[in-house]
Amino acid sequence: MTASIATGQTILVVGGGISGMTAALEAAECGKQVILVEKTPTLGGRTAQLYRYFPKMCHPTCGLEINLKRIKGNPNVRVMTMTEVTAVAGSRGNYAVTLKVAPRYVNENCTACGDCGKAVTSEVADTYNYGDGKTGAKVKAAYLPHAMAYPQRYVIDPSIAGTAEGEAAKAACKYGAVDLGMKDENVQLNVGAVVWATGWRPYDANKIQPYGYDRYANVITSVEFERLADPHGPTGGKILRPGDGKEAKDIAFIQCAGSRDENHLRHCSRICCMASLKQTQYVREAYGDAGKSTIYYIDIRAIDRFEDFYQMVQKDATVSFVKSKVARIAENKENGNPVLHGVDTEGYHRYATEHDLVVLAVGMEPEVTGVKLPDDIVLDSSNFIEGSKDGGMIGAGAASSPLDVNRAVQSATAASLKAIQVIHKTASTEAA
Amino acid sequence: MSNANQQAVARYKNNFLKEVEERVEEGHWVKMCMQCGVCAGSCPLGPAWEHTPQKIFMMIRAGKRDEVLQSDSMWMCTSCYNCIARCPRKLPITHIMHGLANYAHRLGIAPKGQPTREFAVMFWKNLTKRGRTNELMLTLSLYFANGIGPGIQTAMNMQKIGLGMVLAGRLNPMEIFGGHSVKDLKGFHAVLAKAKEIEDRKKGFAA
Repeated sequence: MTASIATGQTILVVGGGISGMTAALEAAECGKQVILVEKTPTLGGRTAQLYRYFPKMCHPTCGLEINLKRIKGNPNVRVMTMTEVTAVAGSRGNYAVTLKVAPRYVNENCTACGDCGKAVTSEVADTYNYGDGKTGAKVKAAYLPHAMAYPQRYVIDPSIAGTAEGEAAKAACKYGAVDLGMKDENVQLNVGAVVWATGWRPYDANKIQPYGYDRYANVITSVEFERLADPHGPTGGKILRPGDGKEAKDIAFIQCAGSRDENHLRHCSRICCMASLKQTQYVREAYGDAGKSTIYYIDIRAIDRFEDFYQMVQKDATVSFVKSKVARIAENKENGNPVLHGVDTEGYHRYATEHDLVVLAVGMEPEVTGVKLPDDIVLDSSNFIEGSKDGGMIGAGAASSPLDVNRAVQSATAASLKAIQVIHKTASTEAA
Repeated sequence: MSNANQQAVARYKNNFLKEVEERVEEGHWVKMCMQCGVCAGSCPLGPAWEHTPQKIFMMIRAGKRDEVLQSDSMWMCTSCYNCIARCPRKLPITHIMHGLANYAHRLGIAPKGQPTREFAVMFWKNLTKRGRTNELMLTLSLYFANGIGPGIQTAMNMQKIGLGMVLAGRLNPMEIFGGHSVKDLKGFHAVLAKAKEIEDRKKGFAA
């Protein structure tokens, strides 16, 4: 069915985050046929996991809602969630793509009433709240990924699909939406251009051995801190440290945790300085003048027009700056506080400073690192996607370079235009 | 140009960075340092250094020739390689520290009486004499480096260990008469002389 609508004039967008949604919509609103595939059960990607955006400190829900409205209202976009690309053959203008659709065990009848979730007791890691990391957040094995999830439809975790709990979820559903017989499905498509908007993932903090993310409970990552600050997050917006659940008021932010480091990520991830500057304002929001943020940095890179945001934070008396890449973290065994060791570059003072909580401003790594991509895709030295040599496949957003939301949207719009050009060429060749 | 201007130009010309790049082992890496400070913070002997590695790199770039070369900081390096392993820019910091120490020594401006320097000279002389280290003589020269009295004291303290090593065949008392040497001592010395000649030419020490 899907295969029949896809032709050499269809654009495939891989990844349903802010970049993929943008690329898909820009092309669709130009009248192109677009198929948008997303690996997880919902659109929105990592953008949906942010508490606030910089520099305006607004909530991502707003932008997401606008984009979702555009998608719902546009018949040219077909969204496929829980879908991965497993093979791409062919070249510019004529690709044969194989997709694998994983079972959601819930069909279109779902009204997101939540009765299946109530019928289930076992829990799985809440990936929306980085529950596989330090937040440890759990969600019922029949769940709605998050409040803004699109499609607004529950998911049943495969771990309970063949169990009595799965049957209980099915029995609880008044709409016949639970279908435990769903299987992996392979779909073949023909498309003319492929936009790779596969996004980024936070660098694995466990690999930064001297910072002890794996050893110390009160060392967390910047993405986890977003969830702690968010009222929809696992702590209801309270900044409670994972070690003992105490309020963390004196917080250290460590920049370049993985980035600009030949031993880890050789690129500057660009967004982390702004993310930490933004997060100091979460601390202020939570505690007012009683909060304390300290940023340890090599140099602050508040890219282009964000310099004024940096200056605004510099004026904040609760925020201080230490020009030093922290050498290592130890732990005060008595109170669980992380102790930061290093030497600063403004006077070369040796310090050992204790804080309630350490937030590692982890770098951006392409989500496709370690994934086998089609042979003709060119990657840069950090595995960001440059696209195929013939121009039929295009990298977009944070898959192509470390970008913030604003720049990811610009990049995706540009990628969309390139895809449209491929389709136009294909159309004129077919007509001739 | 006024005299003051010329002085300022001379000051900022930074010949010292160029000198280090050309004449110090791995010196061309110095400009790559981004002053993050991880080397200093990772050094197990860090607090014992007057100037930490990243400070030395900045001092080189600031043209502080005497302060760097006369410093005993780089002589503190124990070659644990922690700084190299951690450096985000992969600078071979250990090698640069040894390069600077060696260069200061060659120029004859390294701190006098610096224990690491003295022992290094002692070891080099001992080794190059016969192409084999004479462990007995090396140990004794170290014991007596601070005079006869302390030498006898240390030797007495270490008596048991020394005797044990002799009995175990790990120490030959006959080495006191000069010790064993490599088969072709003349050839060995020729190799060293040639190596020195090449090294001197490369580093601009050629006569």
